[in-house]
Amino acid sequence: MDTAAVIENLKNYDGPELKLMEVCGTHTASIFKSGIRSMISPAIKLISGPGCPVCVTPAAYIDKCAGYAMKKDHILLTFGDMMKVPGTDGSLSDLKGRGASAELMYSPFEAVERAAAHPETMFVVAAVGFETTAPAYALAIEDAKVRGIKNLKFVTALKTVIPALSLICENQPDIDGFICPGHVSVIIGIRPYERLAAKYKKPFVIAGFEAEHILAVIYDIVRQTKKGEARAKNLYGNAVREQGNIKALDIIKKHFEEGPAMWRGLGIIDRSGLYLKNEGYFDGGSRGLDADIKLPGECRCKDVIVGRINPDECPMFSKGCRPDAPWGPCMVSGEGACGIWYRNRKA
Amino acid sequence: MCIAIPGKVLSLEGNKAKVDFSGNTVTVNTGLVDPRPGQYVLVHAGCAIEVMEKEKAEELLDIFADLEELR
Ligand code: SF4
Repeated sequence: MDTAAVIENLKNYDGPELKLMEVCGTHTASIFKSGIRSMISPAIKLISGPGCPVCVTPAAYIDKCAGYAMKKDHILLTFGDMMKVPGTDGSLSDLKGRGASAELMYSPFEAVERAAAHPETMFVVAAVGFETTAPAYALAIEDAKVRGIKNLKFVTALKTVIPALSLICENQPDIDGFICPGHVSVIIGIRPYERLAAKYKKPFVIAGFEAEHILAVIYDIVRQTKKGEARAKNLYGNAVREQGNIKALDIIKKHFEEGPAMWRGLGIIDRSGLYLKNEGYFDGGSRGLDADIKLPGECRCKDVIVGRINPDECPMFSKGCRPDAPWGPCMVSGEGACGIWYRNRKA
Repeated sequence: MCIAIPGKVLSLEGNKAKVDFSGNTVTVNTGLVDPRPGQYVLVHAGCAIEVMEKEKAEELLDIFADLEELR
């Protein structure tokens, strides 16, 4: 079956309304870019899930990073999107105006190099991410250890996707199937989704990032639902192996242990955080930072993240809340649902 | 932020590789994969996370360029 036939089929879908959740922010972006919603029947609803690790980072974590950035002889390094996430006292980028040293990095290896070159400065990495990014931090730490580098620290806020999906399945039983993230799955493989599919009796299908990939996955989920099937499948076979990346999984196990983690908007999810085992490079990260309830009053990130509402249903959307003046983290990140909807809204 | 971009391995040295991304050469950590020169790797945060089939990787380059625009 080619893409045209898939589209034809999805356009003419006339079964009961279906709600499919795309978990990954890059999928959300791709769905908008390629106009997939207009190619399929309105009875197939696509909703955006918890998508991006930056969007679910609690304000207390930003505050902790800001504390380092304000310290003498310290430089905080992080990925771009983190700079604009609001903390209690403004974002890292706001704080730069008040003397904070917060700079962009492209990879954790760059942090190791900078620490090696400037032993008088303490480099602090705000290490956010899902399973895709965790192994890179672990490799960087191994590199730093071998080289005897001491002026480097990791403040981690690393999270795993599967416990969040379980929570969504428990609380949102009306979601009929999941479009699973491609690059997280490169690391974790298909087994964790097989367990979810068996437990919650819903299809979980791994997708690549082209429109054709996503359409194929939607088609597969619709077909499974029609037939009453609930299987996990991998339709991103040129990148995702069934068993994931074993070396990456081993290095995650070697350096991290699981623990409860706070997801902005969702609350604390058991075993969804990865914390460095006690090594000199760890400062405790987001462990125990569970005081994050302070999303600004009207912000509905909580409902956006679990797909209960679309971003444009939030009363602040495009009014008080815009990418240049974000209220909630979902508006900040390049892969946050609110930001993507905003950039693609019809004027 | 879990985006990973495919690039072509030019050369290898220890656990590092020189990888070409449409004309830009970048040093990438290869601690998680065992690529050969000429193969494509999927790179995230300076780290190769998987080896890809050539044609598919090339096909993906366009869409990722498009997605960048949208950010
Ligand atoms: S539009 Fe802004 S205020 Fe509303 S849910 Fe999204 S981030 Fe929060």
